[in-house]
Amino acid sequence: MKITVNVWRQKDADTKGQMVTYPLDEVDEHMSFLEMLDVLNEKLTIDGEDPVAFDSDCREGICGTCGVVINGIPHGPEVTTTCQLHMRTFSDGDVIDIEPWRAGAFPVVKDLVVDRGAFDRIIQAGGYISAPTGSAVEANNIPVPKADADHAFEAATCIGCGACVAACPNGSAMLFTASKITHLGLLPQGQPERDSRVIGMIEQHDAEGFGGCTNIGECTAACPKGIPLDVISRLNRDLLGALGRQSIGS
Amino acid sequence: MTTTTPAPDAFHTLGDDIRDTAAPSGPIERRWDDRKFNAKLVNPANRRKIKVIVVGTGLAGASAAATLGEAGYQVVSFCYQDSPRRAHSIAAQGGINAAKNYRNDGDSIYRLFYDTVKGGDFRSRESNVYRLAQVSVNIIDQCVAQGVPFAREYGGLLDNRSFGGVQVSRTFYARGQTGQQLLIGAYQALERQIAAGTVEMNTRHEMLEVILVPDADGTERARGIIVRDMVTGEIETHTADAVVLATGGYGNVFFLSTNAMGSNTTATWRAHKKGAYFANPCYTQIHPTCIPVSGEYQSKLTLMSESLRNDGRIWVPKKAGDERPASQIPEDERDYYLERIYPSFGNLVPRDIASRAAKYQCDDGKGVGPGGLGVYLDFKDAIERLGRPAVEAKYGNLFDMYARITGEDPYSEPMRIYPAVHYVMGGLWVDYDLQTNITGLFCAGEANFSDHGANRLGASALMQGLADGYFVLPNTLADYLAGSPFEKVADDHPRVVEARQQVEDRIQTLLTINGSRTVDSIHKELGHIMWEYCGMERTAEGLTKAIGLIRELKNEFWTNVKVTGTNEELNQTLERAGRVADFLELGELMCIDALNRAESCGGHFRAESQTEDGEALRHDDQFAYVSAWEYDADGEGQTPILHKEPLEYEYVEMKARSYK
Repeated sequence: MKITVNVWRQKDADTKGQMVTYPLDEVDEHMSFLEMLDVLNEKLTIDGEDPVAFDSDCREGICGTCGVVINGIPHGPEVTTTCQLHMRTFSDGDVIDIEPWRAGAFPVVKDLVVDRGAFDRIIQAGGYISAPTGSAVEANNIPVPKADADHAFEAATCIGCGACVAACPNGSAMLFTASKITHLGLLPQGQPERDSRVIGMIEQHDAEGFGGCTNIGECTAACPKGIPLDVISRLNRDLLGALGRQSIGS
Repeated sequence: MTTTTPAPDAFHTLGDDIRDTAAPSGPIERRWDDRKFNAKLVNPANRRKIKVIVVGTGLAGASAAATLGEAGYQVVSFCYQDSPRRAHSIAAQGGINAAKNYRNDGDSIYRLFYDTVKGGDFRSRESNVYRLAQVSVNIIDQCVAQGVPFAREYGGLLDNRSFGGVQVSRTFYARGQTGQQLLIGAYQALERQIAAGTVEMNTRHEMLEVILVPDADGTERARGIIVRDMVTGEIETHTADAVVLATGGYGNVFFLSTNAMGSNTTATWRAHKKGAYFANPCYTQIHPTCIPVSGEYQSKLTLMSESLRNDGRIWVPKKAGDERPASQIPEDERDYYLERIYPSFGNLVPRDIASRAAKYQCDDGKGVGPGGLGVYLDFKDAIERLGRPAVEAKYGNLFDMYARITGEDPYSEPMRIYPAVHYVMGGLWVDYDLQTNITGLFCAGEANFSDHGANRLGASALMQGLADGYFVLPNTLADYLAGSPFEKVADDHPRVVEARQQVEDRIQTLLTINGSRTVDSIHKELGHIMWEYCGMERTAEGLTKAIGLIRELKNEFWTNVKVTGTNEELNQTLERAGRVADFLELGELMCIDALNRAESCGGHFRAESQTEDGEALRHDDQFAYVSAWEYDADGEGQTPILHKEPLEYEYVEMKARSYK
């Protein structure tokens, strides 16, 4: 099929960007969206033009590296990662707008590539369980109810792609942050650091320039892993409790 | 069959045998304890004066960096991705083995050791494999303590499943996303150390050279690396007391593989060109359960966990060229060929056997789907037996992935699968301490060759990565670092200047060729050559031809490649060009290694060496050794030097594998 793509081109973080139009004549419906961009880049290279920079790595929907806004929707019309979106979703003659994640805390590096280092710094602020190597007890000494383990797993499937931030009108990273709070907070191993974790991660979240959450729910609608909105309720409950205990303790 | 050692072919020369692997002697179950006890320790107060570079943040790299940072060393970590959490360990689906014997099904450290040596087709080191089995139990404890949400039973205890190639249930898993959960665990431990200031993290940095500096007595030591900042193009020098490479495998030499787009050999290949031996490069694992290729534009292949083989049944139509849809082929016209040929293991035979069997079915014209390159993996019986909800709970995400990629519903029609390159057992040669033959240069995880012999068992890659990073390196590296800190290496040291110059010259050359072929087109051509002649089945004739073709292609690359843009920017074409240049040289060495090894073992199948009924035939009298290749700098890699490390089996009797 034939399609036309309008792609955001921006030389680097300091240069102003713009949409540039490219027609593509031979797009196969079984191609992935990123393979369609590969084909565009081969063409641009042969023509001596700078190919479009975009991030991708595993191309099987798990590493969280890829992600562009397609026709205004992070990762496009299907609930999946950009690499798992296939051209069969589109029709002959379609015009497709392709932009990078738009959020103040995710500055553009080049074209469709953004800097998501803020996510790592949120994890640094408490998104872990302190378990020095070698100090672990026998794994089956601490049973975890299956329902808790399953819920923790579901929250832990977050791939850190940033679609939630790109989808949020406030540019909030609350779904990302809350998925980690939920994953670790549901496990017995995560209890000792539960209060300091939520306080630390939220402080970092705000310091990075992500917006506040107003429960709009665009994040969960765009999430390729289906992280549910109720993880944010859980985060709020944990935060309230932790702040309360902190003020009593101080 | 002859019994004499074959004379070196025209493509290599022979060097000295390797006799010392640094493994202690004595009873095998005591060796690791002895090594740890005899390892020198570093006073905690001195550790903060010692710097260690760790390249790569997959399971091996992240766990090593986190553990070394926690121990108090100054760790500097690098990854080419935008975050350490993206490393390709994340894509491992099925699980991680550990000899916990929670099922009371007769498992033990000894049995895991035995299975791994046998599964590796007697081409791995007993000492290393035993240690791997020993620390496997600690890995599970460590991961659970970190909050890795493994699958559990209703009583709250950990669940297990069985996995290809073994008859016990020792595999721990987190639905079909075990690699993701383990990597996130290691990543979180790493981020904790970054926050604590013990690890300095450098994302979007690619290692392009290793720096060797001779000390006072003339010993060449690895003392640093040259990296490129992939955003600004700046070439940076980083020096340290030791260097660890945990940079993963080189399956992308085939262009199409299940590896991530960025997975590459550059770090290990640069180290090889500086003198590190490359061991068993031809040992490639072709995974049997991948989604078949759909077209020329294909950029990568997607694996589906072989745990699917626990409940799925593999078959092809009995009649060649049968084009009816699966649902219209009656039971008695289907050939469940693995169950037929291997009655005791059935669909759970090791990966190499399952892959080759699929290839033969397709070669006989019984393949299904586009181009006849596929076989069915059918869940009809499992859905009838267990019910759809149970199948969904176990494999839901894999079924979803399949449906998304192919546009077909695997609950109502069987999946189509075909083998694809998935993992490489070869890698940098390391001794028992995971040190390469270059002093101070260590190598962990898939990047080294150490534990899997000629074939890796399912759910053992995650185990090895974490064993190396959490438990082995922190002990063995400390022994080396006890002699440090070494004299500081100045940025204007001639060896540093030389290494930087090599990197800069290479980039400049790539940018000025300005030919007419894209990097990807050359990479694809290399992939076709490798798949055709150095893939599932290899012959002396084909390999010789491939070496010639690769040499021509290498020449084409260096005279006619087109790399757009400049160095001083984010330039993904330049990144890929550097990697493909190294793949071309590695591909040549893989063929030379495969040509030398005139036997079939594990993932290496030489058509000339098979039994009457078509099974792999080893020649233990000639080839029971590790092939450790030294780069011949004078001949620019045309005639590498082969060093043989003889393999001795004291515990597991060498016999022909049989899964019948």
